[in-house]
Amino acid sequence: MQEEFEINSMENENLAFKTVGLTKVYGEGVAAVHALRGVDLEIKSGEIVVLLGPSGSGKSTLLNIIGGLDQATDGVAYFQNQELTKMGDSQLTRYRRDHVGFVFQFYNLMPSLTAFENVELVTEIARKPMQPDDALALVGLHERIHHFPAQLSGGEQQRVAIARAIAKQPTVLFCDEPTGALDSATGRSVLKVLKDVNERLQTTVLIVTHAAATAGLADRVIHFADGNVRKVLVNDHKMDPEEITW
Amino acid sequence: MKGQAVAIGLVIAVGVLLLVMMTGLVNSLDETRRAYYERYRLADIFAPVKRAPDHLLEDIARVPGVSGIEGRVTGAALIDIPGQNLPLQAKAISLPDFHKSRLNDILFTKGRRLNADHANEILLLNSFASAHGLQPGDRLSATINGIRRDFRIVGLAQSPEFLYTTAPGELISEDGRFAVIWMSQSALAAVYDMDGAFNEALISIGRNANMAEILDAVDRILGPSGGLGSYSLDNQTSNRFIVDEIDGLRATSIGVPPIFLGVAAFLLYIVVSRMVQADREQIGLIKAFGYSNTEISAHYLKFVLIIAIAGATVGCLFGIGAGRTLAVYYLDFFKFPFLIFRLDPGSFVISFAVSVLSASAGGILVLKGILELTPATAMRPPAPADYSRTGRFAVALNMFLDQLSRMVVRRMFYQSGRTAGAVLGIAGGMALSVSIITIMSGFDRTIELSFSVVDRSDLLVSFFEAVSDKTIFELQSIDGVIHVEPVRFVPAVLKNGVNTYRGAINGLIEKPVLNRPVDGSGKTITLNPHGIILGSSLAGILDIKSGELLEVEVLEGRRPTLLVPVVAVADTLIGSLAFMEIDALNRALKEPNRVSGAYMRIDLNKSDSIYEELKNMPTVAGVNLKSNARSALQKQMDTGAGAVRYIMAIIAAIITFGIVYNSARIAYAERSRDLASLRVLGFTRNEAAFVLLGELGILTILALPIGAILGYYLSFGISSGFSTDLYQIPAVFTPESYGAAAVAVIAASVVSGWLVKRDINRLDPVLALKTRE
Repeated sequence: MQEEFEINSMENENLAFKTVGLTKVYGEGVAAVHALRGVDLEIKSGEIVVLLGPSGSGKSTLLNIIGGLDQATDGVAYFQNQELTKMGDSQLTRYRRDHVGFVFQFYNLMPSLTAFENVELVTEIARKPMQPDDALALVGLHERIHHFPAQLSGGEQQRVAIARAIAKQPTVLFCDEPTGALDSATGRSVLKVLKDVNERLQTTVLIVTHAAATAGLADRVIHFADGNVRKVLVNDHKMDPEEITW
Repeated sequence: MKGQAVAIGLVIAVGVLLLVMMTGLVNSLDETRRAYYERYRLADIFAPVKRAPDHLLEDIARVPGVSGIEGRVTGAALIDIPGQNLPLQAKAISLPDFHKSRLNDILFTKGRRLNADHANEILLLNSFASAHGLQPGDRLSATINGIRRDFRIVGLAQSPEFLYTTAPGELISEDGRFAVIWMSQSALAAVYDMDGAFNEALISIGRNANMAEILDAVDRILGPSGGLGSYSLDNQTSNRFIVDEIDGLRATSIGVPPIFLGVAAFLLYIVVSRMVQADREQIGLIKAFGYSNTEISAHYLKFVLIIAIAGATVGCLFGIGAGRTLAVYYLDFFKFPFLIFRLDPGSFVISFAVSVLSASAGGILVLKGILELTPATAMRPPAPADYSRTGRFAVALNMFLDQLSRMVVRRMFYQSGRTAGAVLGIAGGMALSVSIITIMSGFDRTIELSFSVVDRSDLLVSFFEAVSDKTIFELQSIDGVIHVEPVRFVPAVLKNGVNTYRGAINGLIEKPVLNRPVDGSGKTITLNPHGIILGSSLAGILDIKSGELLEVEVLEGRRPTLLVPVVAVADTLIGSLAFMEIDALNRALKEPNRVSGAYMRIDLNKSDSIYEELKNMPTVAGVNLKSNARSALQKQMDTGAGAVRYIMAIIAAIITFGIVYNSARIAYAERSRDLASLRVLGFTRNEAAFVLLGELGILTILALPIGAILGYYLSFGISSGFSTDLYQIPAVFTPESYGAAAVAVIAASVVSGWLVKRDINRLDPVLALKTRE
């Protein structure tokens, strides 16, 4: 049986995520690695946030925990006032299924399903999905939608992955190095898609990257180092993805 | 991977264990038999005769090729054991008065040798004595040549000549049912009036002697004295049984372990190739560091060889232990006094070679492909698998399948080679299960057919010699006897070209009810006065078909040689039997209206008084209860070569489980990233597991019919391996045997699925974000 993930009345309509003293330690004793050292953070609904930082700074760990993929060692994380850190596996699964879209560096498409079917994979189980065609159209894929991943370019595959992530009309979209495996032109077009989705569907977008240039896209940029937030910058001059170079 | 390495090592170990154990067992039993025969100088030729003067022994000794000879006196005896309703049959044999037997020596187990001055001293067969609790010093009364005498047991002995003993008319050996007593030559000769004469010559021959020529020469010499046809050790009852049982084990040892080892090798190949494939990026990396292809290959080979050699070593060690344990167990069954444990060095070579080659082949083929790539390409993850062909292939299915099901089906098409391999592997497990269960039913069927369908009597009475058929009326008049059917046993040599069989012909009435030859569907075959009916195994031994002419050399009375057409082949499962219509048989022998025994159905409530009556009839030599024979056969099958079926059942179960579990493990290893991705996308553990368990389910379902077909053919091979001269094990296919095998395979799938599901439950979804295949 799956527990329905209920969204409680919201204290703050505007807040998508809030973490208090979020801590993650891998291993024990001398071998312990402190990935997160008490992170306090708030992310508003509908904003694009870029998490910047070097490898090992803890940004992916944070994304995993608030994405419902990993458990915190200490501290609390809320999603719209619902305490993620208290949830069991089936509640977290429900949370991911209903609210979260993921985009990965290596796309993680199912090689045995076509582009269309990869999207359909998610719409079959989502609560209020859009049509797979519409999702694919949103990312600019009209043709080749019945091709298999192996027949698509890297950029096309990443667009399928984004279509798959947005087809369920998620509340938040988590992107872990979404342009990491792409050339700059393709990368730009992927960022454009993310921006479009954010604008059209009011989806909260959280992008983890160490490509500083991506930050131009963000409403806010959170700098990560040594398992904690170093600084948070509000981006007054949001750039169009076309202007971004790296 | 550690658990899987252990699982693979174990499968190999089990395959190797079976090979080493079985070959070791067969070698040891063969060697022990040979040594036992040699140490106690078992004769190569037995030449029974009515009464021949001693000087003929010298004539035989002069036949080229004869290396040793001894004459002896033998005869039938009846022993009275207090507490037994009926006298027990025995064979009396003479031992030289003043020297050890030159041939067919005996092994003393207790007591002392015979003193020729005391005619009442006997030695008793050890196994018979133990069955009745008799000891040296005890007294025994026996009727020999019609005269009842009291004897004193002075010692117990055993002999390679009597490893397997049956009373005349009985098929199955039972220690307490038949005795051998040894007496001094002078004492036994006096009883039979054989002073200066013998009625059996024992002959040993030189290494390169021509057996057929010597047999002919001996028959020519003994013919005028009433020679009953000399025969070689191959045709001696006890030896024939022993050789047959060992051959049964040998057939099993040749036929079965390679199947098991082959399955193990296949698994090893699959797993190793998968392991190397998974290490592709690391291989690229160490190549980039400057390691040579040879060094990398050596590294992987080392790893693979460790599993293969460890598995083979464990298998060999346990195989030696199991072989020795089993050999000691069989020592008792065969009544060998000592064991020469001899392993087959070839089995070690084969074990290690198969393990190492299959493991290396799996590693090298994949490694070769990876090493051909440049380090940079190798380090990059391989391009996603191209499913474009399979997608179109299954378009029709798409209408009915959701995405998860499509993933299952397409992947099976995409990796069709591996799917076929897995299906074949599981089918192999199913086939093993089917054939083992079939064989198990076959054993039951042999007993059932023989004692419920063929023989419906309660007991068999046998007479000392062929008597007038008026005796049948006497039997019929006993209170409590329901039905009596006469039978005539005539010892004979059956010949078809070069194939000969020394056995007996059973003369039965035209339409027998109590003991009858039946056809494949269990219907009585009516006896035809113009021909002979052969049991299926005898027809096989003689290589003769219905309609062909059989030469029958009768070894009794006038000893005629008959040419009789085979009119039918009966579906007999125990013994190698031949049937003729009793009147026709008597006519051919020119001995009308003679019977040598009778099958009887009786009121079991009156059995005691019936036994008493039978005991008082002077013509009755023995009474065999069917229930005794049935339990004796059951015991024989459960302790002889047939006992191996239980070991094989266990090993088949292990292998079946090993195959299914490994298939599931391999699929899991290859799918873990996809599974993690599904979990990230919000699929529950059960939904994600469906992709894997669905595949396992389909593989299992596909494997069941293929396994059933393979099992069908495998059953014939294994059943012929288990069949001996004494009993045949038919391949009995019943819906139950397939059902039970399917249940076994499905159970293995369910347990494997459950084990893999536990891993899926523990699967970390973050894996999907980090690693790349």
